[in-house]
Amino acid sequence: MPAVSKQVTTRSATRGSVLGIEGMSAAEIAKLLQLARKMNPQKPRLLLRGKRVLLLFYEASTRTRASFEIAAKSLGATTTLVLSSGSSIEKGESLLDTAYTLRAVGADVMVIRHPNAGAPHLMASHLDIPVINAGDGMHEHPTQALLDAYTILRHKKKLTGLQVTIIGDIYHSRVARSAIHLLSKFGAKIVLCGPQELLPELATSLAPGLHISRSCEDAVRGADAVMVLRVQRERLAGLKVNLQDYISRYQMTLARLKLAKNDALLMHPGPIIRGLELTWEVADCPQSVIVEEVRNGVPVRMAVLARALGKAK
Amino acid sequence: MKHSSQTHSLLIHGGRVIDPAAQVDALMDVLVRDGQVAEVALPNKIRSGADEKIDARGLIVAPGFIDLHVHLREPGQGYKETIASGTAAAAAGGFTSVCCMPNTTPVLDSPEWVTWLRQPQRGAIVNVFPIAAATQAGKGAVLTDFRALQRTGAVAVSDDGKPILSETTMREAMRASAEINFPVVQHAEDTRVTQGCSMNESETSFRLGLRGMTDTAEAAIVDRDVQLAQQFNGARLHVAHVSTAEALKSVRRGKKNRARVTCEVTPHHFTLTDADIRDYDTNFKMNPPLRSAADREALLVALADGTIDAIASDHAPHAPHEKIIEFERAMFGITGLETALGLAITVLHLRQKIPLSRIVELFTAGPARVVDIRGRGTLLRGSHADLTIFDPKKRWTFDASKSRSKSHNTPFDGWSLTGKVVATVVAGRVVYRAG
Repeated sequence: MPAVSKQVTTRSATRGSVLGIEGMSAAEIAKLLQLARKMNPQKPRLLLRGKRVLLLFYEASTRTRASFEIAAKSLGATTTLVLSSGSSIEKGESLLDTAYTLRAVGADVMVIRHPNAGAPHLMASHLDIPVINAGDGMHEHPTQALLDAYTILRHKKKLTGLQVTIIGDIYHSRVARSAIHLLSKFGAKIVLCGPQELLPELATSLAPGLHISRSCEDAVRGADAVMVLRVQRERLAGLKVNLQDYISRYQMTLARLKLAKNDALLMHPGPIIRGLELTWEVADCPQSVIVEEVRNGVPVRMAVLARALGKAK
Repeated sequence: MKHSSQTHSLLIHGGRVIDPAAQVDALMDVLVRDGQVAEVALPNKIRSGADEKIDARGLIVAPGFIDLHVHLREPGQGYKETIASGTAAAAAGGFTSVCCMPNTTPVLDSPEWVTWLRQPQRGAIVNVFPIAAATQAGKGAVLTDFRALQRTGAVAVSDDGKPILSETTMREAMRASAEINFPVVQHAEDTRVTQGCSMNESETSFRLGLRGMTDTAEAAIVDRDVQLAQQFNGARLHVAHVSTAEALKSVRRGKKNRARVTCEVTPHHFTLTDADIRDYDTNFKMNPPLRSAADREALLVALADGTIDAIASDHAPHAPHEKIIEFERAMFGITGLETALGLAITVLHLRQKIPLSRIVELFTAGPARVVDIRGRGTLLRGSHADLTIFDPKKRWTFDASKSRSKSHNTPFDGWSLTGKVVATVVAGRVVYRAG
């Protein structure tokens, strides 16, 4: 645009922030995963002794919250949890005022989960401490993608060339967006599968190397990893999804999983709804790494927190 | 705006007068006296003396610009903007007349409020033409008294900010419009399918994880309205801030079928696309939202070929606490009065090669026709002495912090633009002069 020039006025996030996978390079991601391999919650490394990790959760969470808390404590940091219910957020305090308040009480790093896309970005552009996105609306969940990559790499040599199939409610899923960005940066072949209303054609524009399949069987065939996603009933916003129909067409069953490679991994970011997006048997089958994913969340988040505070050793 | 009763004359000499309504585009001098255009003549032919002179050599002298779509926020939302601050921003942007929208607190739905708005103590420094609510309290159900509103000085009705969704109500509005020759301005959005949406449905919305409004949410309402307008001979439909290629098709069809359908486009829609939304910057959030590159292309074509009747700013000031928040929670709207001309010249003239005379038409004769503002939008002898004098070559940088508007929610802060207002004259008096 020759005649119109735009001044960049947006303040950038503090170094060490993790707002999304989209903005990270493959090298940065690889380095973080390497750091995660040095982390072990059974053998605490007190890299963050005396540091205060603020966990600010505007949305329900079991895994992510517990995982960040244990990760922080395993590094010797103290944690403070603030939930939207029971805090001044209920009284109408704005996101930025909440951020300034928590900074003022001494937060060294802010971990935030929020129902609105971009909330961590807003916070990061106004704070002088690193901000970690623990899930923002339908946008991204970067630490989930990192722990998924970490998990895959414990079973596969590399991500490049792997066929990863992601099945389910991709439209509403921040996990899917982050996973797609990450896998694409490493050259994985990604097949997306789901009904039109939960997987619009637009999805293929997200990253290079994406394909859509409307048939669960076609999508799973030959996969190295199958990632199943939950139908996010809380985000449907009036959208009508016939669950019976969904189950018959997209539910992960042992028969469908058999179409994947013999050593294919069965993944799910949780929470899982047995009997809906996957059967009871699939959740517990030998190929399932669902519990391992949760476990791997701790060292990965230790790495993210250590890097955020400049202690990436 | 009260006209001074004292004799006062002003000579604007040496400029290039562009008055599309009079088909004038030539070097001319303009003499105004007692609030009216007294004479437009070839250079140095006006012999009578003047109390005040403006040297307009190298400048364009145009009829005063008219903005069909401005939110002045009074009554009730003076923390965002006041009639005084909003009209000061209008003057700085070269607008001598603004039509203000009725989604105020309370909603401007009665003749009493129309009268209140036009009182001199509101402090307007340009002409203010109220657009009153089309339905009571803007609720979309029961029509207001169009005739009484028209008589008190409203120039149109609208439920702007939201549409008249009910087909029955819109049909009644078109019937009433036809009866008294009164425009109904429609914000075309099928709000049944845009709940929770904060931008255009696109690759960008998918990537950002934001719910998107489809182009059909706009086009379906425009299409329906154009059909309704055709059912009543003389009904006048004005489509506010048209933003999609699909909606333009309906407008074209209506015009072809000789329905009295008009439309406006905003500078931000002809300048930006949804791909420009960066870092969840809420200064890029407005309704209708920024659309696709193909939609923008269609707007550019329609601006050039005459389908679009007017450029309107949709100046929508908001306070920081309504904008510096989560994208999905932030209010829709951006300011635009002071950047409209610069964007029009930079984008439409320099880049798209649309002639200056067409751009002036979109700011003057075009909007004057839409709402029937008589004696404005032209410099014919006897017209109101409203003029906009601008330098089409002047390069400048817009600094939002220096805006005359009370609010600074603009995506164009720091933009380098070509084309700047030099002086704004309302009723023969200079109300703005570039410093």
